Formats: sequence, structure tokens, C-alpha cells
Amino acid sequence: MHYSGLQLLKQGLFGNTRWAQAWRSPQPQKTYDAIVIGGGAHGLAAAYYLSTVHKVKRIAVLERGWIGGGNTGRNTTIVRSNYFFAESAAMYDLSLRLYEGLTQELNYNIMLSQRGVLNLAHTEHDMELMTRSVNAMQLNGIDVDLLTARDVQREVPLLNFAPDARFPIHGGFVQRRGGVARHDAVAWAYARGASARGVDIIQNCEVLGFRRDGARIIGVDTSAGPIAAGAVGMSVAGHSGVLAAMAGFRLPITSYALQAMVSEPLKPILDTVVMSTGTGMYVSQSDKGELVFGAGLDLYPSYAQRGNLPTEQTIVAGMLEMFPSFRRLKLLRQWAGIVDVCWDYSPIIGPTPAPGLFMNCGWGTGGFKASPVGGWLLAHSMATGRHHDLSAPFDLGRFSSGRLVDEAAGAGIAH
Amino acid sequence: MLTISCPWCGPRAEAEFSFGGEPAIRPVPAAAVSDAQWADYLYLRTNPKGRSTELWCHACGCGQWFRMDRSTVTHEIFATSRLSA
Repeated sequence: MHYSGLQLLKQGLFGNTRWAQAWRSPQPQKTYDAIVIGGGAHGLAAAYYLSTVHKVKRIAVLERGWIGGGNTGRNTTIVRSNYFFAESAAMYDLSLRLYEGLTQELNYNIMLSQRGVLNLAHTEHDMELMTRSVNAMQLNGIDVDLLTARDVQREVPLLNFAPDARFPIHGGFVQRRGGVARHDAVAWAYARGASARGVDIIQNCEVLGFRRDGARIIGVDTSAGPIAAGAVGMSVAGHSGVLAAMAGFRLPITSYALQAMVSEPLKPILDTVVMSTGTGMYVSQSDKGELVFGAGLDLYPSYAQRGNLPTEQTIVAGMLEMFPSFRRLKLLRQWAGIVDVCWDYSPIIGPTPAPGLFMNCGWGTGGFKASPVGGWLLAHSMATGRHHDLSAPFDLGRFSSGRLVDEAAGAGIAH
Repeated sequence: MLTISCPWCGPRAEAEFSFGGEPAIRPVPAAAVSDAQWADYLYLRTNPKGRSTELWCHACGCGQWFRMDRSTVTHEIFATSRLSA
């Protein structure tokens, strides 16, 4: 069913009772050419691009819970590509470009709102380092602008410009093409697009182990029985270590809880995304009016999707330092996702030590913005058995060769 | 806020402590250690889901390091002990 204004009118006349299902829920087949483990935006994107770009025929996505129910549904929906190193900039900017075309390509409104992402500098030293970062980004072809304190005040007058502010504002930089997108819609759009092309999306199907022929992985054991596969891809974020253990290797990844929360809804007051490495926090206003915000990681490894109180207090305190006028607001909801943090804050993409198994993990605190490119690159390595040029620097081998891509600052979040 | 029992100071608030990683033994002698072995020690982690043995430090207290057995799923703390124990 094609979604359009006319369709909306037509379905409205039938009382919205005749909408077609957006994606099928088939029983799993015995064999697939490619299986993607993890039905988040990354995994669904991988399945979609396996079908559209690589013409792989029989594809399945296996999801333990429901699609988009993990970190895809738990992030703060920010998209941007303002990273420092050329390798990262090329990858994250492809992701942003794919996002820019996604609504049209998938005929599904992902509500991409390029309202800009504004990063703050709080000291002269911040400002010097930011100038260096901005220069690097511009050399990498990322369109960012350095802002003076006066520019920032004009763009976000709500910020704390008081003379005694704990985090005085010295300036900032903005990526105008950055912004937010509707996170659930990204998963649903890829699911609908993939399903229409024959991809089987199998929910409530947990992977319990890998099937092997010698060292080679030739399928998975699931709660719905064994399934054979030509290539298996894993795209499971915080649970990457659990799947790696099943496949018999370890990863340079630690799983932490990353919290986010929303305030009660307000009238429109904040028309951009504001990030601060000083307080570690980031905030935007959703279309419903809620302030959506978060900050740094919880301080110890966790698989509990809730987060702890001391970190929540730190996040709220950080936001109130920056926006004193939000002091009277009530929190509506708070939650956490389990993020797969890598030592250099860059992802790991490509082959694993187990032949036949490919991975897309280690996105840590910033995976949502990379959903299209994560899927794109995982699909490429699963279909060809080789790296895409963009994913080669992000091979697991960088940890023994020492060629890390250290984006601790580019990640824009306190670790 | 969790209550963590420091083996020296007794029960204290979570905010006084810092997580210090999974216990690992540094491979020696350095000249005989391959890049892969070194990367394994330096970077690779078991990252267990469930019961986990970890090093912690009572950073804003006595400053001592100690061992903690806890669940990474429920955050239940089973035991804390001195490294000499």
C-alpha cells in the first residue's frame, strides 16, 4: 500500500479500518541466504540494503523482542555527522545523506527535522579546541560553522548567559544539517520496505547459539528452532558480547546503561538541538513539546535497561545549569538503553573471528544517527565477504594493530 | 542509590565508589608478548550478562581497591572482598 495524502483521505473515509499491515509476520523458513540478528534500525536497514543493493534473495531478521524495542526506541533521536577524523566523517556523513533521502525512498515519513545541532564551548580552551575540530570537519567536507557567544545567544536565548553562570558560554559550533528524526519510524520504515521485498521479519525469536561446520558458522539455533544461513550478521548493540561469547570470541566492548528522559510537554521554546561537553548533556524539544534529554553513561557496566539515580541527578543538574528556566518542569518519563561502548568510541564493522559471522557493533552512545550506514556496511560485508572502503578502518583488527579511531570528543558525550 | 559494602569501611553510598574493570593479569615478559596477546589483555572483555566479578575502588573514601561479585542484570551485590582474601 502506497502512503500518500490521497491514501490518508481514502482510509479516513473508511474510518481507518482498512490500512494494510506494514510488514508481514511469517513463520521462519529452514534456510536463508542471509540472517541478520537484531531487529533494531541497524539490523532492519541491513536486511533492506541486502535486498535492494546486493540483490540477496532469501533474508531474515531475527528479533528477540519486538522490532525497534531496544536502543532504537530508547535514544534521543539526534542525527549529525560532526566527527573529527576523516574515516568517521565519511561514514557518518553517508548516514546523514541516507537519512535525507529515507522518507522518499521508503515512502514512510521518518520526520527528519534538520533543525541544527549546536555544540557549546564553555571556556577559552574549549573554544580553541572547538576551532580545531571545526577546521578538521570542514576539511573533511562536513558543513559546520563556528559561532561566537553572541551568535549562540541569538540562536538559543534561553541558555544561561548570567555573569555568574557555572558554565559560561564562550561560543559554539553548529551543524545545520543535523537535527532529529522519529526513531520508531526509522525502524518501521525499514521493516516495511524490507518486508515488501520479501524479507522475513521474525519477532519473538531469540538466538540461543550458533550452528557450525568446523570453524565456520552455518546457521543459528533459535527459540523457534534451528535455521541455516549462508551468512549471519549480528547487530545487537549492548548484547554484542553475549552473542560473541556464543560464537567463542571476546570483543573490546563494555555494556553500559545510557539514560534519557523527557519533561512534561511545553509550547515550542527550543528550535534546535543543544549539546554541551561541559555538562555532558544534550537536549531537544519533540514535536509533542516534551524536552528530550540525556547526558553521560552510568558509571558501571549494566544490562539493566533503567539507569541509576545518581547519574539521573547529574543529568538533570547539568540541564538546569544550562537552562535555569526549566527548573519548574516535571519529569514525565526516564529510561535507559544498554549501549556497547568501544575503547575508541568508534564502531566495529565487518568480519568476526568466526568465519561466516559478520558484525556491526560498538556504536556505543551514538548508534541512532548511524542506523542507515551501519545497515549499509553490514549488508556489504555479509553480501561480499569483504569490507566496504568506508568500513575497513573500523575492522576489529585495529585493536591489535593500534590504528584506533579515537572519537572520544566526537562522540560528544561524557564517558 | 546502591549501598556498597567496602571491605575496610563498611556500607557506604554508591557515589563514593568507582568501577575499575574486569580483573586481568598482565602478560609478561613484554618482549615475548605478541600484538594479539597484548590487545587481548588491553582491550578484550568478557562483558558478562549476569554474575560478574569486578575490581572496584572506594575512590571517595579510603581509596582501597577491592573485589566485587555482583549481577550486571539486577545490580544485586553478592559479596565484596579484599584482594588479599
